[in-house]
Amino acid sequence: MFDRQIRTAALGAMASTFMFAGAAKAEVEIEYWQYFFEARVNAMEQLIENFEAANPDIKVKMTHFPYADYRTKVAAAIPAGEGPDVVQLFYGWLNDYVAADLIQPLPNDAFPPSMIEEEFFPMVGAMRAGDNFWALPTAVRSLALFYNTRLFDEAGIEEPPETLDELIDIAKKLTKTDSAGNITQVGITAGMTAQDHHWFREVLVRQFGGEPYLDDYKTVNYNSEAGVKAAEFYLGLANEHKVTAFGFMDEPQAAFKAGRAGMHIDGSFRIGALNNTRGLTWSVTELPANADGLQSNYSSYWVNAITTKAEGEKHDAAVKFMQYVTSNEAMQIWLDVVGELPAKPSVGLTEANANDEVFGPFIRGLAYANTTKFANESAQRQILIDMVQRIDLEGQSTVDSIAVAAEAEQELLDDYYK
Amino acid sequence: MYRNLSVRQKHIVWAWGFLVIPIVFYVVIRFYPTANAMVISFQDWNLLGNRVWTGWTNYEKLWNDPVFWKVFQNTFAYLLIGTPVSLVVSFAIAFHLDKLRFMHGFLRMLYFLPFMTSAVAMAWVWRWFYQPVPIGLFNNFLSSLGIPQIEFLRSTTLALSAILAPAVWAGLGFQVIIFMAGLRAIPRSYYEAARIDGVSGWTILWQITIPLLKPTIVFIVVFSSIGFLRIFDHVFNMTTGDPGGPLNSTKPLVLMIYQTAFTDFNMGYAAAQTVVLFLILLVVSLLQLRILRDR
Repeated sequence: MFDRQIRTAALGAMASTFMFAGAAKAEVEIEYWQYFFEARVNAMEQLIENFEAANPDIKVKMTHFPYADYRTKVAAAIPAGEGPDVVQLFYGWLNDYVAADLIQPLPNDAFPPSMIEEEFFPMVGAMRAGDNFWALPTAVRSLALFYNTRLFDEAGIEEPPETLDELIDIAKKLTKTDSAGNITQVGITAGMTAQDHHWFREVLVRQFGGEPYLDDYKTVNYNSEAGVKAAEFYLGLANEHKVTAFGFMDEPQAAFKAGRAGMHIDGSFRIGALNNTRGLTWSVTELPANADGLQSNYSSYWVNAITTKAEGEKHDAAVKFMQYVTSNEAMQIWLDVVGELPAKPSVGLTEANANDEVFGPFIRGLAYANTTKFANESAQRQILIDMVQRIDLEGQSTVDSIAVAAEAEQELLDDYYK
Repeated sequence: MYRNLSVRQKHIVWAWGFLVIPIVFYVVIRFYPTANAMVISFQDWNLLGNRVWTGWTNYEKLWNDPVFWKVFQNTFAYLLIGTPVSLVVSFAIAFHLDKLRFMHGFLRMLYFLPFMTSAVAMAWVWRWFYQPVPIGLFNNFLSSLGIPQIEFLRSTTLALSAILAPAVWAGLGFQVIIFMAGLRAIPRSYYEAARIDGVSGWTILWQITIPLLKPTIVFIVVFSSIGFLRIFDHVFNMTTGDPGGPLNSTKPLVLMIYQTAFTDFNMGYAAAQTVVLFLILLVVSLLQLRILRDR
């Protein structure tokens, strides 16, 4: 298709001097990298198409990699002068990318910080360092409670739970066991390997009266009465109330997808995968509040940034591209295709979006969400996985296990921020 | 210039001409990265920033890391359980298969098939076998008998053996074939002589078969030891989500290296672990060659 455009342009150039002036402006090609997730790639293809139609002198080439290789490839390519002009990264990686000189700040004339702070959700403020913003998201994600409506009808449950106590009552009605006493259908899925570590950190600890971290996420603070209570509640789902089993059907999302789980806490990015599951009817609601009505949520996001490789006209093209992918139009496309929520309240909190049966609970959750500043998300997740397993498999007391976890995580944070 | 060389010198030039390709290959693909890894093990490097010289810090950290000692223990558990078990089982199979004529080829194929299967696919199938009810094959069977289920992979005591079982099974086919070749190479006349002397089958096995199989056994022991010391695919695929099993109960050294390098991006520390693995492999292989060598 592009060949033809070039040919047409060349023909036009020959035909008239007037056309010549327009076509002589050389075409700029910029490269965009992201990791492979089908819906995200589809959405980006659509954005690139729209962007190229509006800017015929710029061509955007997208490259994507499996998630497992993504960071390594980016780290190897940019210092070598190869790779992307605009790159996608997880919000938690920003410090590393800035320190390694992989990305450059967004120019203030195109992205005035005051405007960004006014228009975007407040959590995006973490992308500011000094006078500039370094990266911006198209979309943000939050958690909500998915529930299987067929199983709810079967058990005669009318409404999804609104509080943690209701959550347990309803989960009990949804749990089934076989004659040997093994659970064959869980009331709610559980597993720190999935999204539960976010639920624990940012939601449960707060709901039991604590503050998970202090000092801008540099000090671990869940080694407290609230943290112990939160862990007791979480493990109690399996051990006391017996409404779940860790490791049930291998992965929490698999159990829900297979219709073997009544409820499941997951992120907005799961919507796309669940939408096309045959025989599964589901709905979604906000995460349950505590007895006092306190709600909390965890949100995270991926951002795009301009790399240090982009210079001159490529830099100008990259700025234009960044402006487009953070525009209102791009955000709505991203929501429709990927199911991830717009990063600006003005787009996300429209009447239609906020009342949407599926997106609504996630978007409403953003209003009271917290964003953990991870130093190393997988290592910090592992610490909570181990915390649960020490109690569940080795019989360590909750108090001791929480203390060990907090100490390990603090060591990790100290090492990172030293 | 070439014209002025003697025939012998020309031979040498040609020999080096042919050798240059493998030498360049080995230097660029093997020796340079190995040397580089040894250098990185004395540095702090997160793949993005500059490399900073830190001396022995990585090794000190390793020495004081409880996870490393756990992993070290696991690695040797894989070796010390896996190698003898697979040796005995594969010998028993080869010994009996060698005597069997009925469906010999078909049975041999059945034993060899797992060796040709992708370790990743196999690990995932076994992972599902081990699941709790309602999806796990083994546990569904137990529960149909009214026996409470066993958490194979979510146990700090059973998980390592549960992962080792398919790994042993996968390597069996190869070892059986090697053993059978070894058995075929033993001259029939020894057995005939023994039988004429009226020696029992047990004595034949211990006095003739096993001593004459020594080179085969040495090869298999060294080969499978290296395999078990480097075990990765089975563990990684059977424990993704919580890599290395509950509380690191199944984590081998290679998986720890992989995680340190590619999820923590702590290249210096990973390189130090690699150097340790290299030393372990070297020592174990040398020891085995020495012990099992003909005296």
